[in-house]
Amino acid sequence: MKFLISMHINPAVLDALTDEEKAAIGAGHGRFIEALKESGELITTQALADPSQAAVVSVRGGQPVVTDGPFLEAKEYLGGFYLIDCESRERAIELAAQIPDSAIEGLGVEVRQVMFADGLLDA
Amino acid sequence: MTGPAIEDLLRELAPQVLAALVRRHGQLEGCEDAVQEAAAAASVQWPAQGVPGSPRGWLMTVASRRLIDQVRSDHARRDRESAMAAQVAPGDVPDTDDTLVLLFLCCHPTLTAASQTALTLRAVGGLTTAEIARAFLVPEATMAARISRAKQRVRAAGSSFSLPGGAEREERLRVVLHVLYLIFNEGYTASAGRDLHRPDLAREAIRLARMVHAQLPGDGEVTGLLALMLLTHARQRARTTAAGDLVPLEEQDRGTWDRAMIDEGTELVRASLAGPALGPYQLQAAIAATHADAATAGETNWEQVHALYLILERIAPNPVVTLNRAVALAQTQGPQAGLALLAGLDGDERMAGHHRLLSVRAHLLEKAGDTAGAYEHYRRGARATASIAEQRYLESRASRLAR
Repeated sequence: MKFLISMHINPAVLDALTDEEKAAIGAGHGRFIEALKESGELITTQALADPSQAAVVSVRGGQPVVTDGPFLEAKEYLGGFYLIDCESRERAIELAAQIPDSAIEGLGVEVRQVMFADGLLDA
Repeated sequence: MTGPAIEDLLRELAPQVLAALVRRHGQLEGCEDAVQEAAAAASVQWPAQGVPGSPRGWLMTVASRRLIDQVRSDHARRDRESAMAAQVAPGDVPDTDDTLVLLFLCCHPTLTAASQTALTLRAVGGLTTAEIARAFLVPEATMAARISRAKQRVRAAGSSFSLPGGAEREERLRVVLHVLYLIFNEGYTASAGRDLHRPDLAREAIRLARMVHAQLPGDGEVTGLLALMLLTHARQRARTTAAGDLVPLEEQDRGTWDRAMIDEGTELVRASLAGPALGPYQLQAAIAATHADAATAGETNWEQVHALYLILERIAPNPVVTLNRAVALAQTQGPQAGLALLAGLDGDERMAGHHRLLSVRAHLLEKAGDTAGAYEHYRRGARATASIAEQRYLESRASRLAR
């Protein structure tokens, strides 16, 4: 079963962390990625650039309109994700709990099952 | 011999050769690589130079040589004498077919179901890692890691290359059958479009089930599983429209069902029901055979379907079985009786919010004339499923009611 584990970050919460805490998060993700690769459960993982760099695109009357900044004005933004293929929903949740972000108040880790796939997975 | 015929031959022989090598040398990892390399060499050489007189012997010799090369290079790395290499002599393939032992090894209980299926498809099914990755829609690197981890686990478990005896054998055979069932289901429910390069897992599962059946013809559940696969696969063409939409059983064009497969499946069910014990696969196959026996949906013997589900519920209690029995009960005693049975599942946390419970209830409410209730449950079922085809189907049922 395929799941997307998305990480919702709050820039204010991240800024308040000490350098050691930030380094620990980075190291934790590194170990998590290695373990997922070795078990054959990792499809891909990506981290996103800061939401302030986002562009929102809409087409009105056939004309594209581009505005700077994220679509939603919120405290938390999508920071990155893991796309995994694992045994069950229980296993996906168990894996999500190993992501360092899940132990930090103010950062969100969400698990959702994949319903359709094409491109990367359709080799 | 044509290319495809050679591929079929190779996939039949490779597990036999692998089993013989593992029996002799006892290490699945190295032997498996050696046999894959030998099979790859054969698929290049045989179409051009012709199939050798003893294809099995050819594969055995080439695979043994690859194994010697591996052992030698391992020894060179460790800077030791290549004493073991001398023991790895190419020899005749024994007459006994150890493929079943190999299958038991691949379905080792220390592995997760995902690893058991992957290893089985590679070592016994003879599929390449790339093909298995495509079948499960994961990158090849992901599948390669999964298979290699599975082989390491089998080695770490220190399993001997022999069939377990007594109760353990019985238990392990259930795992093997479950793995074949999972492979079949993966092929049956594959949501992505018909990709020509994607191996047909349903056919592969049937091939493997035939192989097990050939070796254990007296086992009722093995026969039952093969029959269940055949009877289900027979409906393959009828169960979706050209656009990929699901067609429920009662609306399927029964003329497109594969008669030969149904006949074979029905015959197997009959034979297995004469045996001493009844198992879940036999009963599910008997239910499928009852459906196959009806020329039109209206002629279905629902009394018999219900009776079979009742026995299945008794020997293998499971809320999904009860759910299916409710469908049969509604056919014999009316939708209210089915709905009353469903009410008993509401407290079962395994079924809470389950899309099957929602969709069956929607269906029965529709039959009972509760349009608003049916609409609501179709919509909730559509939100709960993770299958796009099923979601489209449930949404279309809902919008039919809204009109």
